[in-house]
This record gives sequence, C-alpha cells and structure tokens, in this order.
Amino acid sequence: MALLEVDRLVTEFHTGAGVVRALDNVSFTLERGKVLGIVGESGSGKSVTAFSLMNLLEAPGRIASGSIRFKGEELGAASPTRWSQLRGDRIAMVFQDPMMSLNPVMRIGAQLAETVAIHARASRAQIDEQVCSALRRVGIAAPAERMRAYPHELSGGMRQRVAIANAIINAPDLIIADEPTTALDVTIQGQILYEMKQLVRSSGTALLWITHDISLVKDLADHLCVMYAGRVIEQGPVDQVIGQPRHPYTRGLIDSLPHAASRGKRLYSIPGATPPLLALPPGCAFAPRCSRASAACSVTPQVTVAGAREFRCFHPLDRP
Amino acid sequence: MTAMLSTNKLTKTFSLKQGTLARAAAALGVGGDAPRQVFAVNQVSLDVDQGEVLGLVGESGCGKSTVGRMIAGLLPASAGSLAFQGEDITRPSVATHLKIQMVFQNPYASLNPRHRIDQAVTEAAQYHGLVSKSEAPAYAAQLLRQVGLDPSYATRYPHQFSGGQRQRIAIARALSLKPRFVVCDEAVSALDVSVQAQVLNLFMDLRESQGLTYLFISHNLAVVEYIADRVAIMYLGRVVELADTRSIFSRPQHPYTQALIADAPRLDTKVAEHRPIQGELPSPLDPPRGCAFHPRCPHAMERCRSEVPALQQGAPGHWSACHLVHAAA
Amino acid sequence: MPQPSPNTMDMNATAVSGTDSATATLPPPESPWRLTARRFGRRLPGVIAAAFLMLLVLLALAAPLIAPQDPYDLAQVTIVENERAPGALSDDGRTTFLLGTDGAGRDMASAILYGLRISLGIGVASALVALAVGTVVGLTAAYFGGKVDAVLMRIVDVQLSLPTILVALVLLAVLGQGVDKTLLALVLVQWATFARNVRGSAMVERNKEYIEAAMGQGLPAHRLMLRHMLPNCMAPLVVTTTNQMANAITLEATMSFLGIGLPQTEPSLGLLISNGFDYVLSHQYWISVFPGLALVLLVVSISVVGDQLRVVLNPKLDT
Repeated sequence: MALLEVDRLVTEFHTGAGVVRALDNVSFTLERGKVLGIVGESGSGKSVTAFSLMNLLEAPGRIASGSIRFKGEELGAASPTRWSQLRGDRIAMVFQDPMMSLNPVMRIGAQLAETVAIHARASRAQIDEQVCSALRRVGIAAPAERMRAYPHELSGGMRQRVAIANAIINAPDLIIADEPTTALDVTIQGQILYEMKQLVRSSGTALLWITHDISLVKDLADHLCVMYAGRVIEQGPVDQVIGQPRHPYTRGLIDSLPHAASRGKRLYSIPGATPPLLALPPGCAFAPRCSRASAACSVTPQVTVAGAREFRCFHPLDRP
Repeated sequence: MTAMLSTNKLTKTFSLKQGTLARAAAALGVGGDAPRQVFAVNQVSLDVDQGEVLGLVGESGCGKSTVGRMIAGLLPASAGSLAFQGEDITRPSVATHLKIQMVFQNPYASLNPRHRIDQAVTEAAQYHGLVSKSEAPAYAAQLLRQVGLDPSYATRYPHQFSGGQRQRIAIARALSLKPRFVVCDEAVSALDVSVQAQVLNLFMDLRESQGLTYLFISHNLAVVEYIADRVAIMYLGRVVELADTRSIFSRPQHPYTQALIADAPRLDTKVAEHRPIQGELPSPLDPPRGCAFHPRCPHAMERCRSEVPALQQGAPGHWSACHLVHAAA
Repeated sequence: MPQPSPNTMDMNATAVSGTDSATATLPPPESPWRLTARRFGRRLPGVIAAAFLMLLVLLALAAPLIAPQDPYDLAQVTIVENERAPGALSDDGRTTFLLGTDGAGRDMASAILYGLRISLGIGVASALVALAVGTVVGLTAAYFGGKVDAVLMRIVDVQLSLPTILVALVLLAVLGQGVDKTLLALVLVQWATFARNVRGSAMVERNKEYIEAAMGQGLPAHRLMLRHMLPNCMAPLVVTTTNQMANAITLEATMSFLGIGLPQTEPSLGLLISNGFDYVLSHQYWISVFPGLALVLLVVSISVVGDQLRVVLNPKLDT
C-alpha cells in the first residue's frame, strides 16, 4: 500500500465569473521514502494540489470529488480534528515564502517547540532537545543560541531552513514542499536541496516537491508528474520523463530551456499561451498549441498507461 | 576600439543613519564612530562593446541591480565615472534616458495600472518630442507589432494581460525612446519557462533588427549562458570574474564562480554527489575583511583575510580577482 | 542530453517570436474606473443611497424653481402666517404650508430647500477645495520625501492635533460671519486629513516599479505626481472625500447652531434647526425637527455612499 494515493482528485473554485476546475482528475501515488516532483507553469494547478492535499483550500475553493488516501486512511472524510492531528505531525508543508509558516512575533525556538508540544506530551527539556536537533539537521549552526532569534533577524535562506525544521521536527511521513527554494539565491538553493536529499535518505520521509523548474527536480525526484491546465498530462520515473518525454508539452517545456548548445540560435518556444482556466478548450487543453493535434483531440484524452509511464495524449511522441 | 558603454571604478555607497545619541556625541566631539558606509557597488569597471550582450551575474546583495540602475541613470553614482559613446554621463540627465533604457523584473508592477497601453508606451516619446500627438497612435501600433503583440491591445489596460504580454509591453515602452543600450534587470526571471523562451527570442530579434546592445542582469546561469557574449560575476559589490561566456563556463577561475556553476541546477549535466558551498551570503552592512569570499572559500589563504584581491588578467580576456589564481600565474 | 526533436522544431521556423494569438479571446478594453462603477452598481444599499443623494442634490439645485415661496424675500413673507402647523393654508389660500411655518411666517418646506442648498453647497465646496490643497501637499511630501516630507507632515500633524470644532470656532469668531468665511474655516480644518491620506497612499505608489520606470523615461516630477501617482491613490481618496463632505456639513451645522458662521439671511439646515429650537418645547416641533430630519438624511446618504465605495474600492478585489 502506497503512502499517499491520490485518485481522480477534482478541485473547483466557485467564482463570480463561473466555476473554475483547478484540478481535473489528478491521480498519482507516492511510496514511502520516495520523492515525487510535480512540475508545471503558472495556472497548472500544482500549488492547488498541495493545498488540496493538506485541506488548506479557502473558499471559494473546494474539493469536488476524488479521493486522497494517506496510509490507507481516506482524508476526504477526515474531520477537522483529525486534520489537526495529522498536520505538523504526520504530514507537513513547506511554503515558498517562509513567512507564511513563521510567526513574526515569536522566537523561532518557541514556534518549533509549539509544533512539538501540540502533538506530543514531552518535558520542556525534551522539547528543547528536539528543537536543537531539528535545527542542526537543517544546517543551522549553534542552535541553542539561534533558537532565541526572531524570524526577521534571519536571512531568507535561514528562514526557509527554520520552516523546514518546523516541518521535520515531528518526523512526519510526508512533507509537501511548494516551491520552497524559488525565492532563494542559487548557492543557498543548492545547500537546501542537498540537505533535503540527505534528510529524505536518512529519515525515510516521503517528499512531494512542487516547482516550475524542471531542472531542479531532476536530481532530487524519483518520480515526476507534469501538470498542465489542472491535469496531469504525463508522469513516470524522472529520468525517463525527462529523457524520453511522451507528451508534446513536456517535450516543448524541455526544449524551451536555454542552454549552451542553443547559443546563437532561436530558442524553441511553445507557440501561444496557457489557456485561462475559465475558458479551456474542449478536449485536450494543449491542443491549440500542439503541432500534432488533430480532430481527435477535441475529446479529453484519458490516461494511457505504458509500464511505469502514464500520459494523456492521442498523439504521444514515439519511443526512440 | 572604444567601448560603447564604459564604467570606471563605479561606486555606490549608502550612509547608515546614526541614532540620535551617536550624532549628538559626534557633534559634541565626545566620541562615537563616524557614520558607517555601506558599499553596495565597489569600484566596478566594465566595458560593453557595441552590439554585444554583457551578462551580469550574482546573488542577493552583490550590487548587480544597483550597477544597472546607475547605468540607466536611475541612481546617481557616489564615485567613479560612466561614459557612453565617449561622452561622460556620470551625472544622470534626460539625455541619458534617451540613450539607455531599462526593462524591469516584475511585469506586474512595472506598468501603471491606471494607464492604457498606448499611453504607457508613447507618453514619454510624446513628452520628449520624438512623436507628435497625432502620430502617437500609429507609433504605438508599430511598437506593439515590433514586440509581437497585436496593435489592438493599445486601448486595453495592463490587468487584462498575462505576465509575458506585460513584459513585452514594457519592452515596447523601453524601445519607444529609441535607445541604443538596454539594461535588462532580471527581465525574464519572473516569467514561466515557455514565456521566457519567447521573450528571450524577442530580445535576440530586437538586437539584430534595432542594433541594440544589452547589459543582461540575471541570477539564472542557464539563461546567461545562452544569451550573453561575455559574463561578469559580482560578489558583494565587486566584480570577481570577467570573461567571454565559453571560458567562464568551461574554465571558471574564481572559486565563487566555480561554486555558482556547480550549484546551478542543470538539465543537461548529471550532477555528481556534489557538496555545495557552505555559509551564508555576507551582508553589505558587515563585509568580511580582505577578500569578501574568504569565509566561504575552500581555498582561503592567510593573504585572503587581509588583502582585497585586484581584478587581473589571468588568461587573455579572462579576468579574475583571486589571490590563488594570481599566485599560481 | 535531450535533443530537440524534429516533430516539434519546425513549428517555430517561421513564427515571429511567439506572436500572440490570443486576440480573438481578448475581452474589450475595460477601464479600471468602469469596473469600479459596475461593482458599485451591484450593491443595493449604495445604489439606493446614491439615488437618494442625487434626488437631494437636484432638489437643492432646483430650489429657486420649485420652492413654493422664497423665504428670504420679505415681500412674500408675513408675520401673520407664523407658527402654522404642517398642512395649513396660507391666508390667501394659494399655498399650502406642507411643513408648516416658522416664527416669522416663512414656509418650512421652502426654507428647508434653500437650507439644503446652502448646506450641500458649503459641504461640497469646502471638501473639494480642501481636497485640492491636501492632495498637492500630500503628493509633494510623498514624492520628494526626506526633509520636504518631514516639514510638511509636521505642519499636518499640528493641524490635526487641534480639535476641529475649537479651531473652527476661533476662526469664525475672528473672521466674522459670511459664507466665504465659513468656507475658509472649513477648508482650513479639513485639508490636513486629505494631506495625510494622500501622502500615505502616494508613498506606497512612490516605491513601485512603474514610477521608477516612468522616471527612467525622463518624465518630470509634476507629471509623475499628478498623472502617475495620483490616479493610483484615488481609491482611499474618494472615500475620504465623501466622509469629509459629511463631516463638513455636520461641522457647519454645529457652527450655525452655535450662532456663528452663516448669517441669518443665508441659513443652512443647521441654522434652521437652531432657530427652531426655542419652539420645540411649545409643541411647534416642525420648525426644528423637519430641518433636522433633512440634515440627517443628507449626511446619512453621503455616508452610505462613501461606505459602499470603500468596500467596492478595496484593493483585495482588484485584479
């Protein structure tokens, strides 16, 4: 039984202008101790996936249908109390902006201690020890002194490390990270990526890493999902998806990345733009921009399964 | 051949405001320190040749955006000089703006939400007399076409457009004053990958069709490697390495450049289990003595702690500011 | 290394760098102002209050045409007709005193119409002049910052720390009676609120990139302030203006009630209330109460419109 099984998840936003389907039958699984990368551009639904999984959607968003099974338990039916038990303890989240999870008027040590205290009974000394240990694991030197700092006294990279410490402190089974390094500098991003890899390996925590940067997940993830307009259009083992993409969008995305070999030549760019979710074309959302589209694409493609690979396309790219 | 744009020991300092007590003490002659100076940019000397794209790379606090703003005339220099086509432009003037324009990072913030697109792209041109009021609508249409947008967009407002479209409008606005030199300050960093490719292609097309020269500021190494002819790496206000793109990426000499390149996520290379560089970026408020990089440098020597390395030519056309490199030379 | 595949490469050979193909779906030009107007139109309390306010304004403007009599034309008023109850007839049988007459025989309905005219006129005029003055001060302070900002804002602080009624009282006592003097006093006590309000939102705009971009295009300070910053400060400014109008009308009514400011020949609603106050205890309520009701309705409708605008202009709802 997989750690996390998402099956045909549908999330809708009931706005004044109409119902927006931010997630349209999204399905994927995540095994214990593995890393799943979700890649997509703006409007693809990747962040909405994270918030749906944590039940943090705010009105007018709501999960319309589908199931989320965590360790066999159906989360859609979970009560708010059950969610409070799970969040921070079994499932933790790291946001793009660390200030989303850090309280600016509390010392970081106090915040981390609070995360421990609400989920377990422990003495003051034990909690402090856990806090120091978590800070050390995310690479913060001199944790006993640093504990007393306020978030604004720390740099962006440090704050994100504290947010990660907050996520790992109770040794959760699953960490959902929504673009955690996007706002950080390259060298700091490198450090945090490295540390996350170490953490995952040493603690066996599963990691769901959401990003718009496909090159980031290449070394981190085992499995990759590519999202477009609220649908998972391709998924599979990361090397295979990047090395031999089956869906034209994935291919286009990879080809658009600038690199040394394309110096002096025009970069490939996918023509057109992502359609607005309120006005999706019928059938395959990518069809208007796809060179391989045909009349068949006016019907939403179902998921084709080819071994460990899955994709939604009537005209997938051939296996080389 | 003289460079098109040249900066000589360009410096920007900010004085930290002192508390009242400190100022009172200083006034009474009772002691207290002199007001602290923060060197956002410290003696940067760069040349950009006509038609070239100079990439300026660095992380937060390195001063690259400040250099860009000084060149574009948005920020006065504290020391040093700036010359454009031989003329001294150290003190920003309106004439500077007609020659050097800037494209900003955030497409959602760089357009006035209350102005129509035609007003946004032609207001300055009309003000400076480049086009008359009657010619303005045609000029707006021409500019929009140049950046790949439909001329009917001219009557719309920014909130009706996506990030990529807004960035194109910002580019059209920059082009409206017919500049020779464009500073792109992280101009594609806020865009989605597929849109980024379109805008990068646009920059390259315009370079050819309009004969533009670019200073391309970015923290994204892959983009810089693609678009720049030469690259300057900055760290805490100074240039630490300067060379043509191929050399910098294949034979980086400065340890910081080496770390940057190794840490940058790349799709084409399989990264070996590489231990990224440790330590935090130093704050310009409290810079390390000597070489600013020495606390994080795996090769730091005694000399690095006390002496600031000068930017010297190691190989022809390849400059770096590192004691190690020059000791070996 | 994934090579660009032939399948997808040829698509781009002739394309202009990503020409936008989305024109067909682009909605028509939509000015932010029109958006606001539409949003306002969806809110029933706002629409009702605005309609009522429009009615009051029309009545005030048309007062000389629709009032049964000009209460300040001595030829039309006779003391004999005084203190008539609402609904009574005039002696010559030609006019019905719908709202009664006051102690001097003036028709209350007419007096209220004229009074509305004065109250509204003074309230709106003083608020608009204070708006102009305050906006210039606020924009200048925000744009130049530093010492200019410090000096201007200290003046504003001093002005705001003095109680408005006290300042108005003192000013009017010194200046004497008259519409123009009342206007001056009201402007003097109001401009600082506008200045602070504008300076606050202008400072936020000042640091935004589009201002920097406009500076980078060589546009001069006054244009940046008036054409770039000001339009983006309108939201809180509009709300403040409506609030200040309501305040000005109330303040003027207070002044009149205390017997300073406007002369008897040009009474506002406040002065009418004051004049009628003596009669309240002798059961001739209509001389004071009806002007009072008119004042309340005027101020409330302005306030409701202002409040609804505040909700509509909330930046969170902006795209």
